[in-house]
Amino acid sequence: MSVLEVKFVGDGDVVEHIVDKQEAVQSSTGSVQRMVAFKSPAGRRGARVDAEQEGCDDEHVLDEQNYIQALGTYHTEEDEEGLSRVAGASIFTFQKNKRAHSMAQTASELARTPGKSVTFSAAPIAEPSTPTRTGRNQRGESRTPQKNKKVRFVSTTPHRLRKRLTTPSLRSDSDSELSPSDSGEEEEDEDGMEEEQKLKKEEKENIKNPRTPCKGLSAALYKTPAKKSKNTPESLDQPTLIEEYFEAHSSSKVLTSDRTLERLHTPKLDRETLVRLLEGKLPCYSQEIQQLHNRHRKHFSKWMLQLQLGFSVLVYGLGSKKALLEDFRASHLSEEIHIVVNGFFPSITLKSILNALTCEALEYQGSFRTPSDQIQYVSQTLKESPDLHVYLLIHNIDGAMLRGEKTQSALGQLASLPNLHLVATIDHIQGPLVWDQFKQSQFNWLWWECVTFQHYTEETSYENSLLVQQTGALALSSLTHVLRSLTSNARGIFKLLVKFQLENKDNPSYAGLSFQDFYQRCREAFLVNSDLTLRTQLTEFRDHKLIRTRKGADGVEYLIVPVDSNTLMDFLENEEGD
Amino acid sequence: MSTSSVSKGCFVFKPSAKKKKTSLGLEDYFSQGCEGDESSEARFRLCHDLWDKIKADTEVLQDELNRKILDSLLDFTRKCSSTRQHSDWASQMRASEIPTAALVLGVNVPDHDMTFQSLSDLLQQSVTPHVVSVQAKECGALKHLMKRVLEKLMNTVVAVDDDEEEEAEQTSTPHHKSTHCSLSTLCDWYNSKTKKAHTPGKKRSSPAKDEQQQPPVVIIFKDLEAFNPRVLQDFILICSRYIERVPLMFIFGIATSPSTIQHMLPHSVSSLLCIELFQSLSCTQHLATVIDKMILTHHFPFKLNGKVMQVLISIFLYHDFSVRNFIKGVQLALLEHFHSQPLSVLCCKKKQALLNVTQLSQSDLEKIRQLPSFRSYVETQESEEQVNLLKNDTHLKEVCTKLLKDLHKYHKNYYPVLRCLHTLTSSLPRYPLGKQIRELHLICLEKNVWENEDYQSAMKLLKMLAKDELITSLQRCIEILQPVKSKRMRNACVQLEDLLTKLKQLDTAPIETVPSVEESITSPLKNLQKKTNLFQLQKTLLEMNESRRAKKLSPFEILRNEAIEFIDSLVKSHLSPPECQTLNEVCYYGSSGSVRRHLNATPRTSIQAALSSPYYFLQNDSLKSEDGTVSNAAPDICIAYKLHLECGRLINLYDWLEAYSIVVSAAEGVDPESDSYGKVDEVKHARFIRAVSELEFLGFIKSTKQKTDHVARLTWGGC
Repeated sequence: MSVLEVKFVGDGDVVEHIVDKQEAVQSSTGSVQRMVAFKSPAGRRGARVDAEQEGCDDEHVLDEQNYIQALGTYHTEEDEEGLSRVAGASIFTFQKNKRAHSMAQTASELARTPGKSVTFSAAPIAEPSTPTRTGRNQRGESRTPQKNKKVRFVSTTPHRLRKRLTTPSLRSDSDSELSPSDSGEEEEDEDGMEEEQKLKKEEKENIKNPRTPCKGLSAALYKTPAKKSKNTPESLDQPTLIEEYFEAHSSSKVLTSDRTLERLHTPKLDRETLVRLLEGKLPCYSQEIQQLHNRHRKHFSKWMLQLQLGFSVLVYGLGSKKALLEDFRASHLSEEIHIVVNGFFPSITLKSILNALTCEALEYQGSFRTPSDQIQYVSQTLKESPDLHVYLLIHNIDGAMLRGEKTQSALGQLASLPNLHLVATIDHIQGPLVWDQFKQSQFNWLWWECVTFQHYTEETSYENSLLVQQTGALALSSLTHVLRSLTSNARGIFKLLVKFQLENKDNPSYAGLSFQDFYQRCREAFLVNSDLTLRTQLTEFRDHKLIRTRKGADGVEYLIVPVDSNTLMDFLENEEGD
Repeated sequence: MSTSSVSKGCFVFKPSAKKKKTSLGLEDYFSQGCEGDESSEARFRLCHDLWDKIKADTEVLQDELNRKILDSLLDFTRKCSSTRQHSDWASQMRASEIPTAALVLGVNVPDHDMTFQSLSDLLQQSVTPHVVSVQAKECGALKHLMKRVLEKLMNTVVAVDDDEEEEAEQTSTPHHKSTHCSLSTLCDWYNSKTKKAHTPGKKRSSPAKDEQQQPPVVIIFKDLEAFNPRVLQDFILICSRYIERVPLMFIFGIATSPSTIQHMLPHSVSSLLCIELFQSLSCTQHLATVIDKMILTHHFPFKLNGKVMQVLISIFLYHDFSVRNFIKGVQLALLEHFHSQPLSVLCCKKKQALLNVTQLSQSDLEKIRQLPSFRSYVETQESEEQVNLLKNDTHLKEVCTKLLKDLHKYHKNYYPVLRCLHTLTSSLPRYPLGKQIRELHLICLEKNVWENEDYQSAMKLLKMLAKDELITSLQRCIEILQPVKSKRMRNACVQLEDLLTKLKQLDTAPIETVPSVEESITSPLKNLQKKTNLFQLQKTLLEMNESRRAKKLSPFEILRNEAIEFIDSLVKSHLSPPECQTLNEVCYYGSSGSVRRHLNATPRTSIQAALSSPYYFLQNDSLKSEDGTVSNAAPDICIAYKLHLECGRLINLYDWLEAYSIVVSAAEGVDPESDSYGKVDEVKHARFIRAVSELEFLGFIKSTKQKTDHVARLTWGGC
């Protein structure tokens, strides 16, 4: 190093040096900058500190960049299949505050997207299919652009949607179009109502405003979420992402319309009609789907190779992969011992899998006390006969019944055996969370992306939670079946309860029929002669899950029929008809 | 037999006739569907041999790395078992405590199994036959833990001695009628065991032998953190009662920090233990050794290119810290390379490779001609030679032999020079070229390292190195270069030695000082004190710079510069990235995307990509659309998904259905002004139900009771 010398340098000169420095910093990276800092005697320290910080920052940035580059390599590298993906950032975003009718808007946008040319008489579409996001970002800015947007929206709304949008004023006697979700909390409800009222006023003012061309629109249509109108004054600055997040999560209510499926003119669908309807329709893009399938088929022998080398194959991607695995099974496993497990099957258990393995595949007759004994036996047997290969195919290893920690760790233990080979599929978007690092290394997964676009027909055939539209039929038939086997008195007792419940169906605070009350009524109708008879009868109902009891706040037992009122009405009609 | 049923979830299939089973071997699966069939057999063999070698080497490495800690653990166990024999007061106090080794292993849980395996093997070989390891998941309750311990201890014995079988079975069947009883059975068993060993000991009973006859019973808790604290406490309390009758000993495997013991065990319990702490090798060090021994050597012909290395190291650093998974990644890359690259038949030892060149087929040669690196090589040749290379097969083979030799030479020189550069730069302030050699290696793989700014700054820093530092690092460089059997490296070594001796001789040489330089520096500085304008300041500074540069260098500085220049020239001639080498595709595996997709997949991204842009997967023109939108002709589930993105936490099913039917009617080409436009008919309703239940199956929504006919959204964000 050269000789140092301490000198006084005027302020102005120092400033000049520093300015120089920063420019240099911008033009080159920190480490080079450091070198420069050594050379100049004046302003050395400051620059050094600068450079040091710079250097540190740089390292961080570089690290992150390396990571991102390394993980996101598929952006730079061309995919063999020529598929481009979405980046993670576009998937894991914050929730944003939604405008009430954005779905309708998107629908109309989708409706006019190319593909099939749909012509609209009104309004030349100036922008190419407005991405909704930009629309949302604009909203804080000022009033006028918003109105412009409204105009545009109206003009492009398809006829049918427009009709729906305008009609609410006619039938608004039944329900307000928007209401908060949790109606259980009264205070908040009132709050919401107030806000709504305020909003309505506001909207009306808007409508009265002569500049607004969309006069004819119903107020409810363009109601913005209550919070927004309250919280965002006419500030011009756009809310940041974080602010939006907290805004979206600040209120416990979500505003959605009160329309229910009962408004549908189509009859409710039961399972059979559903299946019939879907079968009647030709599957779209079957040719492309077949192409996808064939493309995945090519990897089968590679799968086999990897399985033999001790890896497990995990298949993921949109679409049912059952057919693909069946194909794999038929083409490559026909001469091997293999077990197929339907993980989506609602009553699959670890025990049934292990039993299938020991009793049927390994032909062991005895029984086991615990699953771990059973696994012990399997590993022992497979170790003793290394030529014996067992293939385990699990459709939906993330299925509801297999998600448990114990089940997964047992499967992991099985998968780590050298001559038990595992092929599994996974569909749930959070599915991989069932494994920790240790389990993952036990499974020794190799992931295979197989997007098939096939319908999850079988996988979804068991669950009925969202097909509420059809559960009524099932409940009704079970009701009638059980009741048919009862005495006429018992039927009378049940009908009495049903009628009482139907009378009270509009009463939101209805908790059920209290036992004493019920007894009184039954006596009056000459159905029972003592409360003991009634109790026996009720026990029978309860055993068949026809009724449910609930202890009220005053300690009295209340009885209810856990079936919705429409079904009950149907039931009564049927009974009367008989 | 079909695999769908409403009453059964498991289906077993067995081949009908076993005798006709013509089971395909690994090799057949390898050659099926891989590129270039004719050489597949050879490639498979190469791949298999390489993998076996890698596996064996890593195991040896693992053992070596663990040896130190295992040795100290073994010493500890030996010491513990021997202290019992002493009768002084201190050791008697000690004797009432259970000796415990707390083994801190770090968070790389997947690697722990290997460590424990070798530990228990070693213990069984050299200290005691009674070793049992338990995992938290098998021991939910005290009785399970007790049962495990007893079963494993006695079963190992049962397998050896037949006459004890009944006894062991008796104890192991009713063992959970009383836990207290079962540990006393262990005592009895242990006593009978040691006595038996004692009586037939007809040779001689030296004190050393005595020690062996009281072998401790070692219980290894593989994952201490996962144990239920109550179970552990009870077990320790019970064990401490029996410590005088059975020499018990614990080993705790700890992933986080030693303080977990204090968290899990109250003082009353932990005071019963005599804990000694052992720290295992950190996983980064482990990885560094693995990379050093397996990647940074020319002994393995198979190489990873920069991107693949980057992916594997990132997975290690940012996901699991697991060396095992790193090796798994290498295995995958190896397999993929030999499977997909037909020319990988040349990726082997030099002799074998040269032999394989002569056996290349016509199509293989054609593939060589298509290699990008070979093409650029051809372009640098004379036109006559070009034609010859492209037309004449025998000539091509000759050239290939030469090129392969060059490639091997390149590797032989690359790694020693890399190490030299690393030894020089790793001690520089703030590590411009990285602390670890793998970082430097990555830089070199990417591009010409000497064009890197960090490299230039490192060189500048090196030119300021003090003499003793320079001498030691040059010394180390020589040590690295010495064992290399390559002509150029030997030359380099000689030159370095020469420089080194000169440097050392400087001490004896008279030191000349050059005062005149001082003068020239200070004089313009004096001017600075006067009032100057900016222009003048700049000028003087530039002058100063010039004069400094022109300053006469001391002999040491000259020598130092010479040495650094020499290193620089070495780097420039040997550390060019492998992409510049002709035929590098033979040895280097470069598809980082496929490695990443197989090891570190993102299923959710894939599903959402498919939902939001089906055109990438279903190449149908009607699905084509601008960025960010979905064509209305897309599959139902895509449309339903797109619409649901517009909703908040709750979604009204009716609205959703109506919006959906509008989109579908548009897709069906219904006239927007007609009455049936957007009307919900049965088929649309059914399709909608299917799409919604599929979305539920995928986990985007779930049913909710918050409001009638609503579903709750489970994801955030829109579009």
